[in-house]
Amino acid sequence: MALNKEMSAAQVVARLRDGMTIGIGGWGPRRKPMALVREILRSPLKDLTVVGYGGPEMGMLCAAGKVKKLIYGFVSLDFIPLEPYFRKAREAGAVEAMELDEGLLHWGLRAAAMRLPFLPTRVGLGTDLMKINPGLRTVRSPYDDGEELLAMPALKLDAALLHVHRADRWGNTRLYAPDPFFDEWFARAARACYVSCEELVERLETDEADAQCNSFERNLVTGVVHAPGGAHPTSHVSIHGGGYGWDAAHLTRYCAGAEADDGWRRYAEEFLAGDEAAYRRAVGGLEKILALPRQVF
Amino acid sequence: MSASTATLAELLICACAEVWRDAGDPGGEILATGIGVIPRLAQGLAKLTHSPQLLITDGEAYLTETPVALGAKTHAGRAYSGWMPYARVFDALWGGRRHALVMPVQVDRYGQANISCIGEFARPKRQMLGLRGFPGNSVHHLNSFFVPQHSPRVFVAGEVDVVCAAGYHPGRWPAAARGSFPGVHRVVTDLCVMDFGGPDPWGGQGLRVVSLHPGVSFEQVQAATGFPLARAPELHETPLPTREQLEIIRRLDPNDLRGQQLKDNPPLTRKAA
Repeated sequence: MALNKEMSAAQVVARLRDGMTIGIGGWGPRRKPMALVREILRSPLKDLTVVGYGGPEMGMLCAAGKVKKLIYGFVSLDFIPLEPYFRKAREAGAVEAMELDEGLLHWGLRAAAMRLPFLPTRVGLGTDLMKINPGLRTVRSPYDDGEELLAMPALKLDAALLHVHRADRWGNTRLYAPDPFFDEWFARAARACYVSCEELVERLETDEADAQCNSFERNLVTGVVHAPGGAHPTSHVSIHGGGYGWDAAHLTRYCAGAEADDGWRRYAEEFLAGDEAAYRRAVGGLEKILALPRQVF
Repeated sequence: MSASTATLAELLICACAEVWRDAGDPGGEILATGIGVIPRLAQGLAKLTHSPQLLITDGEAYLTETPVALGAKTHAGRAYSGWMPYARVFDALWGGRRHALVMPVQVDRYGQANISCIGEFARPKRQMLGLRGFPGNSVHHLNSFFVPQHSPRVFVAGEVDVVCAAGYHPGRWPAAARGSFPGVHRVVTDLCVMDFGGPDPWGGQGLRVVSLHPGVSFEQVQAATGFPLARAPELHETPLPTREQLEIIRRLDPNDLRGQQLKDNPPLTRKAA
């Protein structure tokens, strides 16, 4: 029997429900599964809790009214430090916010991955983290030190959305990113993990070095979506060269739109009215996406 | 090229580089993380001068023994000594082997710092970045701050609006736990260099001025600060950049990004305000 986990983005989104907790991989303007996010933006889904190291996906989902709650360490586009639609939503009190330390977010995903109720940490002690997140509790070490520690609760995800370089129909993946970020932990913390990829092959059967670029096992992967250019307008670089940088011009325009009351409506009309192929055409075509130069830091 | 043609930004880079000189762990092979243009140039300068043992990154996911120049168009010529993805950054910082130089939006008399939001968290007047790594950094390793515009809006009279980085606040630490707070090492601003060596850090009287930049008076710094400052007995003028330091800075920043970091890119000596 051959497994075939290939799905369309629409099939993935059809499995999502109002009120679900969705974890999104990547980091800021880097390697976000934007093709899947766009499919959510086109859908009637609502009241989502969105978890991640936030970039434009969080701003867009807020702008489109999809979000009930955000769980994040930051929301930023790096070269545009403050995500304008996220700011608008926060300043209007339009979304609930669980703002965490970046490492604490990682810890919450790990606790969920290990099916633990919490993981202890010193992160958050001495700060306002527990004041702004009144649901957090501390725990005392049962050993001689008796230290009081923060008990970071498991961040259980109903679904994780990730974007990788290559995948096969079995759900095997290859991530050639300079930094894999915490995608693995999103996959492990989720009941279902959907992975979009630049290249979909029948079967990944490669050498040892390449196999080490498999960040998480295929039995964590529920669905695989072929989405070339699918991280646009965020970046998707490869340690083997190639890949693409983030689309600074597109993101700048997206952000500038937030200054107008109808900025999001106009963005959505221009870029989200059709399917993903229409999106790629609207931003200049796949070749243009793939030619976006990698940012140098 | 001489100190007389140096800019305030260049003096600040040199002052910022000093935060890693034997900070907390003499000769320590700690990860030095400078976030922002001036802190990042300072991190490179520290490594190329007094602290070659520091671990630094290329600004992305790799360790390098050769600080990279800012503003490069390609990755050509870069050579890496190791890998430092974010997961490892957390592992390293939880282990305490790091000293970060970061740029908070607000700092208070306890050394607590904010980058989350201005106003009430529930409905902020101005949402900023979020907590980022400040809570974890502040309880696991030494940190220093860089403030490019010293004013009472940054050095606030009360507490910061959201305490992202822990400080010397007696109410937030059980007395027995105070010894585990790694501390704030230096605060470098466009007016002066400060530390928390004042008479009573846990009583809100810790921040003291240790050096004044050329042309700046203690009174001027105090007037730009929302709470009383102490004066170090050895209060002196911040050292001017040396020729060697200036050469390195200009090599690390060939496009003069540092010149865009301070309003009007002032010369080294400011006119008295």
